[in-house]
Amino acid sequence: MNRPIVLAARGLKKSYHKDRIDVPVLRGVDVKVQQGLVTALVGRSGSGKSTLMHLLATLDRPDEGEVRFQGRRIDNASRATRDRYRNRDLGIIFQFYHLLPELTAIENVLAPAMIGQSVWSYFASRRENRCRAEAMLDRVGLLHRSSHRPCEMSGGEMQRVAIARALMTDPKLLLADEPTGNLDTETGQEILRLLNELNENDGLTILMITHDDEIAASADVCWRMQDGLIQSQDAEERRRPVRARRSSPETDPASPIGTNAA
Amino acid sequence: MYRWLLCFRYLKTRYIALASIISVTLGVATLIVVNSVMSGFAAEMHERLHGLASDIMIECHATGGMPDPEAHLREIERICGADIVGASVSVNVPGMLGIEYNGQQLGRHVSLIGLDPKTYDRVSDFGKYLLHPENQKNASFQLRDDGYAPGRQELEQSGWEHRRRRVAHDRAMAKEREMMEELRRKASGQSAKPAAEAIADQSNDAAAAPSMGGVFSEELLEGSEGELPAEVDPMTEQFPGIILGISTCSVRSRNADGEVVDFYYAQPGDDVRMIFPNASTDTKVINQKFTVVDLYESGMSEYDSTFAFVRLDQLQEFRGMVDPATGVRSVTTIQLKLAEGADLNAVRDALRRRFPPDMYAYNIQTWRDLQGPLLSAVRLETTILNILLFLIIAVAGFGILATFFMIVVEKTRDIGTLKALGASGRGVMSIFLSYGLLLGFVGSGAGLIGGLLFVDNINSIAGLVESATGQEVFDPTVYYFTEIPTIVHPFTLVWVMLGAVGIAVLASVLPAMRAARMHPVQALRFE
Ligand SMILES: Nc1ncnc2c1ncn2[C@@H]1O[C@H](COP(=O)(O)OP(=O)(O)OP(=O)(O)O)[C@@H](O)[C@H]1O
Ligand SMILES: [Mg+2]
Repeated sequence: MNRPIVLAARGLKKSYHKDRIDVPVLRGVDVKVQQGLVTALVGRSGSGKSTLMHLLATLDRPDEGEVRFQGRRIDNASRATRDRYRNRDLGIIFQFYHLLPELTAIENVLAPAMIGQSVWSYFASRRENRCRAEAMLDRVGLLHRSSHRPCEMSGGEMQRVAIARALMTDPKLLLADEPTGNLDTETGQEILRLLNELNENDGLTILMITHDDEIAASADVCWRMQDGLIQSQDAEERRRPVRARRSSPETDPASPIGTNAA
Repeated sequence: MYRWLLCFRYLKTRYIALASIISVTLGVATLIVVNSVMSGFAAEMHERLHGLASDIMIECHATGGMPDPEAHLREIERICGADIVGASVSVNVPGMLGIEYNGQQLGRHVSLIGLDPKTYDRVSDFGKYLLHPENQKNASFQLRDDGYAPGRQELEQSGWEHRRRRVAHDRAMAKEREMMEELRRKASGQSAKPAAEAIADQSNDAAAAPSMGGVFSEELLEGSEGELPAEVDPMTEQFPGIILGISTCSVRSRNADGEVVDFYYAQPGDDVRMIFPNASTDTKVINQKFTVVDLYESGMSEYDSTFAFVRLDQLQEFRGMVDPATGVRSVTTIQLKLAEGADLNAVRDALRRRFPPDMYAYNIQTWRDLQGPLLSAVRLETTILNILLFLIIAVAGFGILATFFMIVVEKTRDIGTLKALGASGRGVMSIFLSYGLLLGFVGSGAGLIGGLLFVDNINSIAGLVESATGQEVFDPTVYYFTEIPTIVHPFTLVWVMLGAVGIAVLASVLPAMRAARMHPVQALRFE
């Protein structure tokens, strides 16, 4: 099946310099994210998964190589373009949720809209924004908590708010850095179920970093990070059985997912 | 949008920042209070100084003064008549005031002014600072029966009543002394002609008419017996009237209970001695007795302690400033009152051109020139206070800077999150800048309100402090105002507010820039 490529990276190299010692993290990574698929990125702790994700999200710049979003190069685009790219085209969720503690759940969900729009256009479309934010909160099942602060919520709830926030601007791609890493198995499963639902029902493209082989195995595509390179790019044929398994999650044997990254 | 939402939330949740802004609040409040009180004082002082000194003063340095003031006035009228609404001539001479008190002579140097109360009041406030209510309306150099200074116990009996009682007392004392002398003389068998009498004769001469001779130190020491020539009966008659500045003849202090009491060495009804030079080139000293007919209290200690006023025509005659041949009189000073809004300096310069110093020994000054040192001292004081207080706010600015740095560090992860969500560096920067702006507004706004409330109730606050500490805040022995004068200039408020808000914003620039420059990945990894 030939799917359009949402995001592609070629020859990405990145090394950190500390006290004149070069720490090469990425040594020429070539990846392609296909539209509508769940891609899992696995690898040992410290192998550079987060680094790669930051490069893909233009939060950092590669030493060499390029990142293309829908065919256009964005790693060396202007600041404003990259800000817009992160705001409109990407949804990002993190292991530690990264909600803004001063804002309520609904305000956190509204944040990307507020950031992306000028004061006037935000006020002009205030009602729609609010509707959409409420819809997103409803989508993650937290509408009744919309006026709660992050400190009044559990980890799983916070992660769901973070997902709602990531979905607020209707992104083309969801980047998730160990979304279940900080949660217990049960809650982690819930989050994964939510993400898979989004993928299935809305066709959301997801790139997810995980330490859990079980999750990796259930993904459409699995990248393995090793020695600064993407080692294996799993074949597409794995998708069939995965879909079958995912359709009945209740019967899924409890797997030891969600153990924290070392 | 998110900037304002976030900085409002920060304002609501970060009380530490509010604590750091309190110094701004206090600074602003202090600045407002200090400026209001200072400008209240300055305005009061200006008013008094200006009221006391006419707009323009032409002083003649010659001891004989300038002859024919009418001709001068005509000339001045010709030069700048349009601006002049009043003119008065007077004679100013340095003099020495001698007050006899308990057999001692109290000396005091004063500025003796001969004036015409009617025209003098047109150029400056004079009558309204006299104690007797009638004199305030219509100044007179005749001693009045009573009614001086209603409400002042010490002066209750001033006037003819006081004079009669004192004269009777003096006479009884003199008789007593004479008797004692007689007894002593009898005992020692000396001649019957008392030496004191001769001197008394001399002093009576001095009292009755302007005298040109005599060594005044002797007169001072001995010519003060208070005996009058036959033609002046102190019981019913008075010497030429004199109005003394209140501090030349009184002291103000506190009694044991802390109440303010005035003590008068001389009061209306008493006789005093004035010693001053005559107007001839061959300078002689004139020793003349006057009767105090009123006291002058302007509230300006400088004036109250140096001025003594007598009638212009009398002083001219005493000093020999009337040309015996023509009857033309001389004056030393011409004072002018200008129309509202007239340019003081322009008129002064025009007059200076007409009376150049190489031809006339005249000193032509505006009241501002005269009071220049005092006015500029007050201005300097205000400026320095303002600078100091702004430095305090600037110090508060460093407090804000430190607090903001702390907040930025604390918010590192949120900054990373915002950037990951697509916020630009400038957007993040403006969060903290508007936070600083908001804090500045809140702080200086609270200071503004507090300062204005303080100024509004400053007198009752002073009263409270007084009753709490027992210490008088506004000491009436020092100040002549009964209330603290305050003036709030809106312009001052605006620039104090702008300054304080500006300092708060400036203090947040560095932390805001740091937040803007923060690397998103490092911010996100920050624990
Ligand atoms: N600022 C930095 N300076 C130096 N080295 C860094 C820096 N940031 C990351 N590294 C190094 O880069 C390597 C990759 O880090 P990265 O966070 O991408 O790993 P990871 O695969 O996400 O690990 P984990 O599974 O624990 O999250 C690590 O060895 C880390 O020590
Ligand atoms: Mg990581």
